[in-house]
Amino acid sequence: MPEVGMDGQKKLKAASVLLIGAGGLGSPLGLYLAAAGVGRIGIVDFDVVDYSNLQRQILHSTKDVGRPKLASAKEKLEALNPFVKVETYEMHLNSENALDLFSRYDIIVDGTDNFPTRYLVNDACVLTGKPNVYGSIFRFEGQASVFAAKDGPCYRCLYPEPPPPGLVPSCAEGGVLGILPGIIGTIQANETVKLIIGKGEPLIGRLLLFDALKMKFRELKLRRNPDCPVCGVPRSITKLIDYEAFCGVQPGWDAYAREQQYEISVEDLKKRLDNKEDLFILDVREPQEYQICNLNGYLIPLRDLPKRINELDTAKEIIVHCKVGGRSRQAVEFMKQTGFRKIKNLVGGIDEWAERIDPSMPRY
Amino acid sequence: MSIKIMIPTPLRQFTDNSDSVVVEGHSVGEVLKNLCVAYAPLRRHLYADDGRLRNFVNVYVNDEDIRYLQKEATVVSEKDVVSIIPSIAGGDQ
Repeated sequence: MPEVGMDGQKKLKAASVLLIGAGGLGSPLGLYLAAAGVGRIGIVDFDVVDYSNLQRQILHSTKDVGRPKLASAKEKLEALNPFVKVETYEMHLNSENALDLFSRYDIIVDGTDNFPTRYLVNDACVLTGKPNVYGSIFRFEGQASVFAAKDGPCYRCLYPEPPPPGLVPSCAEGGVLGILPGIIGTIQANETVKLIIGKGEPLIGRLLLFDALKMKFRELKLRRNPDCPVCGVPRSITKLIDYEAFCGVQPGWDAYAREQQYEISVEDLKKRLDNKEDLFILDVREPQEYQICNLNGYLIPLRDLPKRINELDTAKEIIVHCKVGGRSRQAVEFMKQTGFRKIKNLVGGIDEWAERIDPSMPRY
Repeated sequence: MSIKIMIPTPLRQFTDNSDSVVVEGHSVGEVLKNLCVAYAPLRRHLYADDGRLRNFVNVYVNDEDIRYLQKEATVVSEKDVVSIIPSIAGGDQ
């Protein structure tokens, strides 16, 4: 096509793009960039293909289940275009390796799934002067933009700080419409190709919002924040920091935000049980209380919990309840100290359940 | 004055799953306060304990960030749409 031409095709061939993640966003990205003839594509990932990925991670097939995503991705991209050089990095991107890796590529494309890596990618892009082609998804909503381009805003100009853990549900909790990463990843591929060939109007200074249910696109203006800690003048962040700590619990956050991830309301529990979600209900009341009424939970009275903790599985999501929420709160505290993370205290206990969800349940 | 507020997916659980809500108000601050009166559990997601808007919650009037207008004092009229834009991180790696 005339807008690309021989000149544009040569630019694509000479270009190098680093994809962070070979999952939902990375799948269409990798395929379209390889098909477009981008000369060198780097991919960072450390995950293994799982059956549950296949609904949206179209780089991988059923036969790839159990293989590293990088092996599967490299095979698919080279099959599509043998002239593309695919470079794979099986590692966690972190503050020690990001700057060196980014400096070897022209454009960085962010297809990660967590806040620490998003802030890391942004800061490393600003510090190395590489554009950050951003895409993010949640359930059936997506966002896309181009950050850290020359004179353009960065991710921190938009979101100076991450939300506390637990306040924004992750994809794993919320689920994602399988086609959504295809749409957002394809938009990222489009922006990447435009940056390479230098044509059109890239999404610099604009945040594109997409709602797959309504099939609506919206656009918001983004401005460079002169006080931005990483791209403002003077900048307060001049080297990469500890992003896990930055996105972890901070002193400025109130107790509520910290507790969020360890609490669930009776309404939410009802919804999740109705959805047939795999929840393990732990009842920490006494056996005689259990006889009066119960939620078919697994009974371990609070006082027995320390010696029976091995009966519980840290990998399962556990909802802990008692009569009104006091004992179960203690149980959750104890379990947190012993390494359980996927645990939630049922606020108000079974009494709240009887009052608001199941009035036929006996109360005591 | 009735103002339409767009509610993002992560916060719809607090607005009976509505993707937009109409509330009264003459400024962004009034509109958000009234939204939190109508849907009390939303309050703690938008405001910190000191009553200030949380840092990771961005509010737009039409396509402009209120940080570059008059912040919460930004005046709104019936043709304006207020949007809450939270950060989302999913990429499904």
